[in-house]
Amino acid sequence: MNAVTQTQDDTARREPTLLPPVDVIEDTTGITLYADLPGVPRDKLNLRVEGDQLAIEADLVIALPQGMQPSHAEVQLSRYRRTFTLSNELDADKVSAELSQGVLRVRIPKAEHAQPRRIAVQVA
Amino acid sequence: MYRSLFARDAFAELDRLQREMSSLFDLSPSIRGFARGGYPALNVGSTPQSVEIYAFAPGMDPAKIEVNLDRGVLTLAGERTAAAPAASDEKTTLHVNERFAGRFRRVVSLPDDVDPAAVTASYRDGILHVSIQRKAAAQPRRIEVQ
Repeated sequence: MNAVTQTQDDTARREPTLLPPVDVIEDTTGITLYADLPGVPRDKLNLRVEGDQLAIEADLVIALPQGMQPSHAEVQLSRYRRTFTLSNELDADKVSAELSQGVLRVRIPKAEHAQPRRIAVQVA
Repeated sequence: MYRSLFARDAFAELDRLQREMSSLFDLSPSIRGFARGGYPALNVGSTPQSVEIYAFAPGMDPAKIEVNLDRGVLTLAGERTAAAPAASDEKTTLHVNERFAGRFRRVVSLPDDVDPAAVTASYRDGILHVSIQRKAAAQPRRIEVQ
């Protein structure tokens, strides 16, 4: 049983996919990730956090007119996939995301213990 | 035997091969060409009634995309602002910066039979779709035999 799910997982990984370009910006309270996913409606986006892996999977949907013959195609695949490894100071439970006009914005806050603190110096 | 002036870079070689391959598959090389790899990525297709152009330009304000059709040449232009704040801000660090930012302009030369008066453009989920009707005279017709 386990072996079967393993092979399914492997074939899914080998299937060629589009690698969406991303911007990753870190500030003192967390990390913001922007990913370009043109053609992805909200219901075709699958954003997962499994352990320390953040996975983006999405399907591109375009309504093509019937009988259209492609003559030039720079985007030839219809699935996006990209995974990132999160570091342990990030709080994977508090990930928030929004998708707007084909741009995904993911906010991963830092865990409280990892946020910068000012340490008061005691006068002895 | 030809020898490169610089040591060969495997990635540059792959890039060259890829360009060579794609030019082989380009069946109708037009004089105006069709530059690949620009922003936004374009897919073009045609039906007997229309020419369909899809530009993959996510995160744009549709009002700020300029779509111009002039003498059979379609131009898509606009500007995409960077998501990252100015680098001068000490508290933020830009770790990865792959998304396109800045002004862009792409040009598509259209077939001769398109009707410049019948163009529609729509923007959805980050894809700009421009549909241009062909002139009625150019559409396939069934001719009645008397």
